[in-house]
Amino acid sequence: MPILRIPSPIRSYTGGLSEVMVQGCTVAEAMQDLVRQYPSLKPHLYNQQGSLRHFVNLFLEEKNVKDLQGLDTPLEEADYLLLIPSIAGGGDQ
Amino acid sequence: MLPDLSQSEYLRYSRHLLIPDVGLEGQRKLKEASILVIGAGGLGSPVSLYLAAAGIGHIGLVDCDVVDLSNLQRQIIHGTNRIGVKKTTSARERLLDLNPEVEVDVYDEPFTSINARQVAQNYTIIVDCSDNFPTRYLTNDLCVLTGKPNVYGAIYRFDGQVSVFDARRGPCYRCLFPEPPPPGLIRTCADGGVLGILPGTIGTLQATEAIKQVLGVGEPLIGRLLLYNALDMSFESITLRKNPNCKVCSSHPEVTELIDYEEFCGAPASDLEAGAAVNWEISALELSQRLRTTKSIKLIDVREPHELKISQIEGATLIPLSQLPSRLSELDETEDIVVFCRTGSRSYHALDILRKAGFRKVKNLKGGINAWVKAIDPKFPMY
Repeated sequence: MPILRIPSPIRSYTGGLSEVMVQGCTVAEAMQDLVRQYPSLKPHLYNQQGSLRHFVNLFLEEKNVKDLQGLDTPLEEADYLLLIPSIAGGGDQ
Repeated sequence: MLPDLSQSEYLRYSRHLLIPDVGLEGQRKLKEASILVIGAGGLGSPVSLYLAAAGIGHIGLVDCDVVDLSNLQRQIIHGTNRIGVKKTTSARERLLDLNPEVEVDVYDEPFTSINARQVAQNYTIIVDCSDNFPTRYLTNDLCVLTGKPNVYGAIYRFDGQVSVFDARRGPCYRCLFPEPPPPGLIRTCADGGVLGILPGTIGTLQATEAIKQVLGVGEPLIGRLLLYNALDMSFESITLRKNPNCKVCSSHPEVTELIDYEEFCGAPASDLEAGAAVNWEISALELSQRLRTTKSIKLIDVREPHELKISQIEGATLIPLSQLPSRLSELDETEDIVVFCRTGSRSYHALDILRKAGFRKVKNLKGGINAWVKAIDPKFPMY
């Protein structure tokens, strides 16, 4: 199964896990599986219309899936998907 | 024409002068350079220290905060004897002690759409060392609209990000992050913590990129985002591309003037109007009085479990903020509820979640458990 890397800012929603095995043949299916496993993440990652929020960046092999086939980008069994969050911290001004 | 070096500057910068890629001309470029550092905190400390040490001739520092004891675990430009002093004042003194050959101008004011252009007008490179999304989006837009490189760094707990956003030569911050995360998802360092060394690592990388920009050497981090994890001791670089539909740097921009981002970024005023928010707060003193007269107040602690070892309010139920949406069924809408965290920030988002779920008899403990400890129960430490 593909592995989705969970960034530390949202690991509290995945029980502290840094990597989650996800089922799916596409990026969209993998993300759906993620929020099926961890429902409390859903309102943060998806908007009310059911689309992934714009701040969610997913990278496959160092490339943004937006530059591949977007959410339709196919996933292989051994793929490693990176979720890159926007973080604001500067060690507090 | 590049400025000359003084006799003492030749000696001060001798290790630079020995590097062929820097040399005398490079050092004179550094002396001529003008760099604005937004934030004199965790990232701003190493950035400004190394820029000053390297001989950047004109350094600007923006910050409107004062030095606090809790800053010193990571903000190494300041010292214990500077607690309570303006950060810009404290930082300027330290920088001029490190290198009296450089000029340091300070801006002890909030960085907003009103003053951003004026503050930045005399600087050719902007280093984003801020700690909040509104400032990050404002800094990005400023750099895009004025054609300046934005040397970006951000940190959280053990993770760091570095890039150089230069819309003239690559993507901007908004190409990667068109909009900020919803309020409450990504916590600030003040809420979620940060390893004190982390801004040192990320800040020195930012300073390196800024100096490379001035010297015109090496491969800048334009079009790349460097991801650092201190626990794994890993660096990963991912490729960034310009977003053809970017609202600020595309060929058909929607944003053509600086705007303030408090609402866009979901700062507190967006969900609970500033005036009305007061009605949803309860002070530590009032809570203490009410707890003495009625036992029917449900106290919800939305901090993380490990924080209970530091301080507690007797009788409170722990429901970490991240678990609150899935545990609403444990709460009774008819009961009076008071939510709290360390300082009132996370519990503010908890209040918002509860209100949206229909809870009306809920209040946020103003100032969090730190305020409670200070006013009511000093046997616990503030943190």
